[in-house]
Amino acid sequence: MTTPQLVASLSDSTSSSRRSKDTLFLTVLWASLLLALLTLAALVINTLISGASSLSWNFITFFPSPFPEDSGIQSALFGSLWVTLTSGVISLSLALGTAIYLEEFTNPDSRLQRFITVNIQTLAGVPSIVYGILGLAFVVRGPLGWGFTVGSAAATLTMMVLPLMIVTTREALKAVPSSLREGSYALGATRWQTVYRQVLPAARPGIATGSILGVSRALGESAPLILLGALAYVSYNPTGFDSDFTVLPLMIFKWATEVQDEYRGLAAAAIVVLLLLLFALNAVAIIIRDRSRIKW
Amino acid sequence: MTTISSAAVASLLPTGHVKKQRRIEKVVVGALALIASSGVIITVGIVFSLMQPTYKFFTERAISGYASDETFVGIEESGAGLRDSSDISFADESLIQYAEPVSLGDFFGSTAWYPQYEDGDFGVLPLIVGTLLVMLTATIVAVPAGIGIAFFLNQYAKERTRRVLKPLLEVLAGVPTVVFGFFALVFVGPYIAKNIWPFSDVGIYSGLAAGITVGLMILPMMATLADDAMAAVPNSLVEGAFALGATRREVCTGVILPAGLSGIMAAVIIALSRAIGETTIVLLAAGSQAVWTFNLGSEMQTMASYIGFAGIGDQPVDSKGYQTIFAVGLLLFIITFGLNMLSRKVVKRFREVYE
Repeated sequence: MTTPQLVASLSDSTSSSRRSKDTLFLTVLWASLLLALLTLAALVINTLISGASSLSWNFITFFPSPFPEDSGIQSALFGSLWVTLTSGVISLSLALGTAIYLEEFTNPDSRLQRFITVNIQTLAGVPSIVYGILGLAFVVRGPLGWGFTVGSAAATLTMMVLPLMIVTTREALKAVPSSLREGSYALGATRWQTVYRQVLPAARPGIATGSILGVSRALGESAPLILLGALAYVSYNPTGFDSDFTVLPLMIFKWATEVQDEYRGLAAAAIVVLLLLLFALNAVAIIIRDRSRIKW
Repeated sequence: MTTISSAAVASLLPTGHVKKQRRIEKVVVGALALIASSGVIITVGIVFSLMQPTYKFFTERAISGYASDETFVGIEESGAGLRDSSDISFADESLIQYAEPVSLGDFFGSTAWYPQYEDGDFGVLPLIVGTLLVMLTATIVAVPAGIGIAFFLNQYAKERTRRVLKPLLEVLAGVPTVVFGFFALVFVGPYIAKNIWPFSDVGIYSGLAAGITVGLMILPMMATLADDAMAAVPNSLVEGAFALGATRREVCTGVILPAGLSGIMAAVIIALSRAIGETTIVLLAAGSQAVWTFNLGSEMQTMASYIGFAGIGDQPVDSKGYQTIFAVGLLLFIITFGLNMLSRKVVKRFREVYE
């Protein structure tokens, strides 16, 4: 008898009931896993089947129209591009500034840093619809009064993705070893020179992946924009920050709420486009992450 | 003692170049501090923007919400421009309906939520019950399965399997909520919710379909957070249990679960708060009637989906209907804020510290 068998036979006289419990447990775990995988599969397959007939080059280049067969998503694509790029650039700059300040210029134990950190964690837990309320009260109407424009939507989404961006940017800065900073100081560099010439270049891949995550959040987000009141079909591309617009998630929402089946097909086709865009973004993030894995 | 040349001493003193660097440093720190305050400004903005209309909702008379179309002339149809109450000209002054301020007792005590009528009811209980029902359904779907997946990833999966599964979960977590909402409407509702609810007929819109789909949406997040919590359990404990002859199942339920409980509970609370705040899925799948019911097979509205719904119907600023958005929004904000605080407390209070 080998040792493990001996141990097993000694350890428990009711080992067969234990073993059947083990099997049952593993079955439950597999079932949990299957639930997640089947969801993903059902979601993708179901969308592809209902969207296939509407997907065409015309669908990409046409504008929304009262007739389902002539409807397309060009204005929504351009709207998404405008809004997502604008909010991405602004939130990345704000997140970089905040993260650099907190990580490189304040003491981790200081009351200021703890206060801002808790504040950002709180913001990260706020439901996205609440950011919509903030945008509605402050940006669309109220003090700024921009109306429902590209600028309002970009401002709202910027506020929404900022906490996430700050957290990922801070992680990227934290991952840079302190030996790099100390070496730079030893050579006589100031703090800012160290940050600018050593830390930021070293943290660039981490920052890039983090901001791509933030941008994909903004690209797929619908709730705050629904609240801002833009569900009209817009049949022209945005021309500036004060322009009307629609975005891909809102087109999907609008089409999904229509009763006729043709509109469901349009919604599904638009979902396929949205998911492809998101997968492409994520693929870029993964490539950056893998290419630049630096071992410190 | 060696003499130091005056040139060497001079090189150690601040020169113009160094002084310039110091100035740059000061400007940079100031600018960064300013940027870092943006988060605080947003928080203040949220609280302020919610408080003011909510206060008016409870204390002031206002134009009745969703006032019927005949009441107004000259409202623009398109999304362009401002639609303040000042933009609206009244066809006939006598047609304007006013709603009285809502008392806190009516708000929390009444079971009727009909803000759209001129003589509206403003009892938020149907929205709260709807939120709880959808949240409970989502919990039943996401929490056990999420912990199960985490056990699998943590104890059973080989490194290769993990490397396939983790990105798949990330993909699922990255699917936009509007896509899940469509999925709920065309798949979960008609094919799943309709067939598993024994207590009543399930229509096109149901709290059940919304709850199941919200559960599926938060499942990957639940699994990832629970996996992180389990990974924090020290290996020595796990190996000790194996050395005593425990099976993998016994290690999971007897060691990892209790040792990682604080993190797992925090994960559950964070997932719950995501479920409570979910708007688009519920808006698409659960209908637009705030029905006072405990039957999951019925249409219902949650707090978040009401806010989204009220935002679609374009309402004049400072009307009663407009103010409900903020009153309900403040309630939602307080609840999710409380849950997030709780999750942080749970981690601190119940964390088992090893070594």
